[in-house]
Amino acid sequence: MSDEAILKIYRGDDQSGEMVDYRIPVAPGMVVLDAIHAVQAMQAPDLAVRWNCKAGKCGSCSGEVNGKPKLMCMDRMDKYPDGEPITIRPMKSFPVLKDLVCDVSWNYEVNKKIPPIKLKETGDEDPRFSQEEADRVQEFRKCIECFLCQDVCHVIREHDKKQEFGGPRFFVRVAGLEMHPLDEENRLGVLKDDLGLGYCNITKCCTEVCPEGIAITDNAIIPLKERVADEFYDPVKKLFRVLFSK
Amino acid sequence: MDKYQTFEYDVVVIGAGGAGLRAAIEASAQGAKTALVCKSLLGKAHTVMAEGGVAAALANVDTRDAWQVHFRDTMKGGKFLNQWRMAQIHAQEAPQRVRELEQWGAVFDRTRDGRILQRNFGGHTYPRLAHVGDRTGLEMIRTLQDKGVHQGMDVHMECTIRSILKEGDRVAGCFGYQRESGRFVIFRAKAVVMATGGIGRCWEITSNSWEYTADGHAMAMWAGADLIDMEFVQFHPTGMVWPPSVRGTLITEGVRGEGGVLLNSERKRFMFDNVPEMFQGEFAGTEDESNRWVNAVVAGETPDARRPPELLTRDVVARAIRKEVRAGRGSPHGGVFLDIASRRSAEQIKKKLPSMYHQFKELADVDITTDPMEVGPTCHYTMGGVRVDSETQQSTVPGLFAAGEVGGGMHGSNRLGGNSLSDLLVFGKRAGEFSARHAQETATLGDINDDEVQRQAEEALRPFDASGEENPYAVHEELRTVMQDLVGIVRTDEDLRAALGKLDKLRERAAKVRVGGNIQFNPGWHLALDLKNMLDISESVTRAAIERTESRGAHTREDHPGSDDEWGKVNVIVRQTGTGIEVTREPLPQIPDELKELIKSKD
Repeated sequence: MSDEAILKIYRGDDQSGEMVDYRIPVAPGMVVLDAIHAVQAMQAPDLAVRWNCKAGKCGSCSGEVNGKPKLMCMDRMDKYPDGEPITIRPMKSFPVLKDLVCDVSWNYEVNKKIPPIKLKETGDEDPRFSQEEADRVQEFRKCIECFLCQDVCHVIREHDKKQEFGGPRFFVRVAGLEMHPLDEENRLGVLKDDLGLGYCNITKCCTEVCPEGIAITDNAIIPLKERVADEFYDPVKKLFRVLFSK
Repeated sequence: MDKYQTFEYDVVVIGAGGAGLRAAIEASAQGAKTALVCKSLLGKAHTVMAEGGVAAALANVDTRDAWQVHFRDTMKGGKFLNQWRMAQIHAQEAPQRVRELEQWGAVFDRTRDGRILQRNFGGHTYPRLAHVGDRTGLEMIRTLQDKGVHQGMDVHMECTIRSILKEGDRVAGCFGYQRESGRFVIFRAKAVVMATGGIGRCWEITSNSWEYTADGHAMAMWAGADLIDMEFVQFHPTGMVWPPSVRGTLITEGVRGEGGVLLNSERKRFMFDNVPEMFQGEFAGTEDESNRWVNAVVAGETPDARRPPELLTRDVVARAIRKEVRAGRGSPHGGVFLDIASRRSAEQIKKKLPSMYHQFKELADVDITTDPMEVGPTCHYTMGGVRVDSETQQSTVPGLFAAGEVGGGMHGSNRLGGNSLSDLLVFGKRAGEFSARHAQETATLGDINDDEVQRQAEEALRPFDASGEENPYAVHEELRTVMQDLVGIVRTDEDLRAALGKLDKLRERAAKVRVGGNIQFNPGWHLALDLKNMLDISESVTRAAIERTESRGAHTREDHPGSDDEWGKVNVIVRQTGTGIEVTREPLPQIPDELKELIKSKD
């Protein structure tokens, strides 16, 4: 492995910007985020990037490295071809604030639309449910909100349906609530009307980029689609609703 | 002042980790108009990195557990320097706070009968840590975040607070800047809650993120508040040591809680030779006994054996590792070995320690289901913090509160693993409650001194046209080296005084720091501003460490090896005076007899 890396980093904002080359010394085990920190420390102290834990736990340092959505703190430099430049860009689906930092505030607005947990009254101060029941929900609760799934989802990336669509991150969140063994809230109407679950056509791009390995499409989105279909499109239920609605 | 964006609240909470979120939820629930201000995006705070669990005497796994035992473990872990009333409140209220999280949607790992599972941890007599694999902090922060969303508080993300504003003696608000735009902002408030976390970025090898630049400690001190126990900085025994990129990254104590053992280069379990007098007789004497304990725990049975010495308190384990490495019995990259592969099946390891598995596989090319990890101490937590009233969390400045890591006194000279997450919940809630009450009892907002704000704004912009050519990153690196080398795990008077001299020199360099670019999201500028916090708090730690001429908990003085009973009766207090940072001693509050008895008792 050569002892120098060449980085091409996006510098600019949403209006204008350019790819700027930096050369930095490489150390064993280095990740892309280390390389960016080296650039900051030695060449461009005003280079903007978000990060926190540097161990894949907080989901702050999302970006696109050689065109692929990545958590930069878990992306080893030695996996890229020796001597070839590595390009680093901010996530494409969100407005760029500066350099590698995007405005992800839309995600926080979507989250507010989701009705909170409502636990069944069991009368027991220690609610009981099994580890197997917990497992199903815990998969969804592993989400670190890196928003890489939102970044690659074509409904957001290509079609920019931010008004009518929630995105995979929030389908995962709803799945975690809907499948909670003690929750009794119904979020199917919200899923259908406010989060636009129907826009998803199951291309699984989200699942592929999830750094936590959550089976977003298979375990969250498809079961939710089935529930929405049962609730709103089941012909028997529909007839029932027509006959008995006030 | 029209020049700067100004908000008005009853309560402003600074910091959105577990303590800040819990405080804001409570203040808001009490009817206070509340703002939560944080440096990162919501949900990214340091709490997210907590792995092992939250300590609470739920007694789900071992029915012998009770708040009294938790209290005793906490006091013992802190070598009796803790504020006893905080330790008592903490032990009593932690179970309620954990159950409340479950009500708010947290999904903890389960016992066989479907209740919250609890795991063993260093210094805890019984399995006590409610957990979710090794990502408990994420579960906690997400639960609080989602609760907060529907609570009606305002969240100001990516906003750094630089100072507390006062009118006379009382708090009038705080002043800072929006990271994105670089614009200054004033929050007027009747009460301010500090929940800013710790100070770990002052050291070279640390598990702490960029946020841990001692902001709250420094702001409180500048505002006239007392700091307490600043000499006690916890070095977690198990950080990663290789490759350099991840040096210091945390490895959860849960690895040892799940049966992991520490080995030196001779493959010897050296912790058997490192049981301090205070804990003699409480830990397994042989590998055989310790294996029996692990087997029973794995099988979900109550062990008849004593626990392995790897589960001694963090201060003890960190010193033992340092000793092995110094004696030439370390691992190839200057640590020791932590082995879980020979203790648990690959499947169990991946289930209970998934992020550890992932972290080593991705970042260090080590498969922890087959090979041992290399580990060494990493700066992790500060026991020292803002001196607060045990019941209300109010500092010595009226209207200024503190909770979580920035609060002092709860953990004494050494914190037990798992007691941080519970501390955040218990005292976060109290800080929220009493700050809201303070706001209710305060008729009007304090006046903002426009000249003072103007002066601070000008000072903050100075690095853009400073005459010097110092690089903020270079000054920060030097500071971290000084603190690592001279104010680390083992200290001497000579080193500490040398550190003071170097800190003075660094202060001169910090005044000459110059940054380029503009005020929008400019990390170099942000760091330039943080240097003052870190320098002042590094000095506070160093002065407190010089003062305490004994060894206790996380504070080890090579020139004063044993603990001294007289020193066991006082806390060291740090405050800023007109002439600089001053250190005094304050007697510990009298502990009631029944609690004294509790500490002495065996079960």
